[in-house]
Amino acid sequence: MLRKLFKFHGGVKPQTNKERSTTAPIAPVPLPDRLVIPLHQSVGGHPRPLVQPGDRVFKGQRIGAADGNLSSAVHASTSGIVRDVLPAVMPHTSGLTTLSVVIEPDGEDRWGELERINVRAATPDELRDYLRDAGVVGLGGAVFPSHLKLKPGKEGRLDTLVINGAECEPFITCDDMLMRERAADMLKGISAMRHMLQAREVLIGIEDNKPEALAAVQAAITASGEQGIEALSIPTRYPAGGAKQLIRVLTGIEVPHGRRSTDFGVQCFNVGTAYSIHDALEHGRPLLSRVVTVAGNVDTPRNYDVLIGTPMDHVVRLAGAHPDTDRYIMGGPMMGVRMPAFDVPVVKATNCILVGSPALFPPPPPEMPCIRCGECAKACPADLAPFEMYWFSRAKNFGKTQEYHLFDCIECGCCSFVCPSHIPLVDYFRFSKSEIWAREREKEAADTARERFEFKNLRQEREKQEKAEKLAAKAAATREKVAGEAAPPGATPTAAKPTGGDAKRALIEAAMEKARQQKAQIAPKNTDASTPGVQAEMAAIDARRAALEQPTEPPPPAGQA
Amino acid sequence: MINSPYIRKPASVQSVMLQVLLALVPGIVAYVWFFGAGILVQLAIASAAALAGEAAMLAIRGKPKALFLTDLSAIVTAWLIALTFPPIAPWWLTVTGTLLAVVIVKQLYGGLGQNPFNPAMAAFCLMIVAYPALMSQWPAAGQLDFKTQLDLIFGGARQVDAITGATPLDALRTALRSAASPESELHGLRASQLMDGPAFGALGGTGGEWVALGYLLGGLWLIQRRIITWHIPAAFCGALFVTAGLLWGLRPEGFASPLFHLASGGAMLGAFFILTDPVSGATTARGKLLFAAGAAVLTYVIRVFGAYPDGIAFATLLMNILVPIIDMKTQAPVFGHKKD
Ligand code: SF4
Ligand code: SF4
Repeated sequence: MLRKLFKFHGGVKPQTNKERSTTAPIAPVPLPDRLVIPLHQSVGGHPRPLVQPGDRVFKGQRIGAADGNLSSAVHASTSGIVRDVLPAVMPHTSGLTTLSVVIEPDGEDRWGELERINVRAATPDELRDYLRDAGVVGLGGAVFPSHLKLKPGKEGRLDTLVINGAECEPFITCDDMLMRERAADMLKGISAMRHMLQAREVLIGIEDNKPEALAAVQAAITASGEQGIEALSIPTRYPAGGAKQLIRVLTGIEVPHGRRSTDFGVQCFNVGTAYSIHDALEHGRPLLSRVVTVAGNVDTPRNYDVLIGTPMDHVVRLAGAHPDTDRYIMGGPMMGVRMPAFDVPVVKATNCILVGSPALFPPPPPEMPCIRCGECAKACPADLAPFEMYWFSRAKNFGKTQEYHLFDCIECGCCSFVCPSHIPLVDYFRFSKSEIWAREREKEAADTARERFEFKNLRQEREKQEKAEKLAAKAAATREKVAGEAAPPGATPTAAKPTGGDAKRALIEAAMEKARQQKAQIAPKNTDASTPGVQAEMAAIDARRAALEQPTEPPPPAGQA
Repeated sequence: MINSPYIRKPASVQSVMLQVLLALVPGIVAYVWFFGAGILVQLAIASAAALAGEAAMLAIRGKPKALFLTDLSAIVTAWLIALTFPPIAPWWLTVTGTLLAVVIVKQLYGGLGQNPFNPAMAAFCLMIVAYPALMSQWPAAGQLDFKTQLDLIFGGARQVDAITGATPLDALRTALRSAASPESELHGLRASQLMDGPAFGALGGTGGEWVALGYLLGGLWLIQRRIITWHIPAAFCGALFVTAGLLWGLRPEGFASPLFHLASGGAMLGAFFILTDPVSGATTARGKLLFAAGAAVLTYVIRVFGAYPDGIAFATLLMNILVPIIDMKTQAPVFGHKKD
């Protein structure tokens, strides 16, 4: 049966550079002297450390517990001694540090007690918790906790489960090799996910430059005898492996920015994630390692099965980096991030260590003015007008950038890739986004401060009023007493003309005062007691708060989940 | 600090401009063939003036000269000026026009990429207003030898009125107007009959139609090279054809045929090389269609009802003014927000 494929707008065709790293099978990596395992490796909360310096850990032992449901656990990738729990430089261009567990391997690679789960008997919720604690996250680069995506949409079932084997970034071949070598296990993982999501059909998208992987997956499907799973060859065009682009190609559905794909009956997982899910459910093994492509400025580009926490240079050494190497890039040449050091650890997001040199990735020619040629718009897979956003980003007119849908930009880099004026367009967009976020945060902080201040004013005013009322009541009570005392003849000189009429008036006044007091107590202690001016202010605050409740949300993981 | 992407397509402003220049070559060859080598002199004069003006302005504005002089954008402007000005225009006219285009219309607006108006067309409009006579002298094909052309360009006696006529567009308009008046000896003749003279070829003017064909070929090559998209040429030619066809169909004795309009004057140059200037033109797909169709209708109106030899230049400028609003109103829906 020939299935109709759909097209996405734009995209580019950079040189793929994938041949050399696919000639040899995935290789193991000798244990390094030291593993540095960052606790925060996925989208969501920072896991709490469960170990202390000096602790003995076994392979697979949980060393970081998920912080709430939007988080994912972290494990010791091998057995050894915890040497330190300290902030270490993380694999990110910023060079910032993050709390990490440093393990000195004992060389025995001994597994600890594994928590197993009975997949057939467990409820979906139990399975999801299990996967969270097994540290399974999206391995396509977005590292979104997988358990959160394994919930069918509102209808309780999913139409299409899309499996991402497109791998569109040049140089990267880890998914290709994984599909060639581990298709059967990957397929079991897919079946498990399909079951959890109650998906009607499964579509596995593989770019047509990976015929071996496609054949391997198709053979595995035939061997499994499972119905409703199809591996499809899709045209090679970057970024066909973007989750939204792949969903579009396979199903024709365009998931708008800020919407969940499950609302459209689709969910998308990376092939490596499927394999890890199988490993966790079937063998009880948490996510401890991943396939990493080492390519670029090296003698023998190749794929390695790397323990999480292994220093990057330890792996690169095996491939033989050339002497003119000046940087490592995590990911591919289109979206990869430059590493702040050579010894940063491999993490769950590390699909590729791209070894760079000035000759391989020369600095771009000088930037020229935009000539409005529209090449960038032609290449943009999000159908944006990058040059318009560029114009407004430069002018720091961030409102306008948002009118031109800045936050729909997936930072794929196609626009920068094609621009004849060599404008680093994506950099401008990253800048604008971070500026807008910073401003939102500032505004939020300012609003909170103002609210607090206004609330304080209000409270003070109310307290003053209450005090005044109390005083009045007291005065009235005194007068009452005085009146009562004054009733007999020969009263104090303060009570002028103590007559019976006066006493009566005092009594009435006291009763009225009491009623007033009671009313004051019944009245809710907020707006009712305030002046119209304050009320208006508070209405304004409410309006601002309501507006803040729909802030520009950060883009969902753009990568290949 | 260099961020992703680390790789780029080998594209540059220079290569884009170079391809535009190459695409003009077939038209220029036809021009030389039919009208003599004088146009080559004009091209050289304009190029030199453009580079000089650009260099001076870059120096004043403190911009990197080597980078911007080699981007070839000034040469494209220069060639368009040379190709739209009369080939026997005196050298100072070409130089003044080119300097106006490069210095005022382009550089004073901020240089490459910043000019809201097409520099070549702005220069054409300014010069035709300032020197209507000199800008309207067009020799017929094969009428002047190279020496005469050189004499005309570099001073000497300008008894050109005696030796040059109007453009075929002009000639036909004049003829049609007199044909409309009962006193005229041409009265009652149709456009096709009026086009009987040696100045007219099969479709447009003798020679001129071949030049137009050269531009068409070069333009198609630009589309194939993906330097320009089909939208502007298609919409321009389509709208010009329909507008001309409508009036011609209603009153064939009063109007020229749509094919004559397409093959005459600067129609092909405008469709493929002038309106497609990305800087001053519309950028969205729908915007380009509107922009070019608008230009075509204006061109037609100016040609038929105006007093100038051709309408492309004014039409281009008028549409340039509308570009910001056209672009704003024609933004395509983004990913996930389409209604298909
Ligand atoms: S590709 Fe570059 S020069 Fe062309 S419109 Fe986009 S930003 Fe401008
Ligand atoms: S980086 Fe953003 S603007 Fe540029 S092509 Fe990709 S999605 Fe479009």
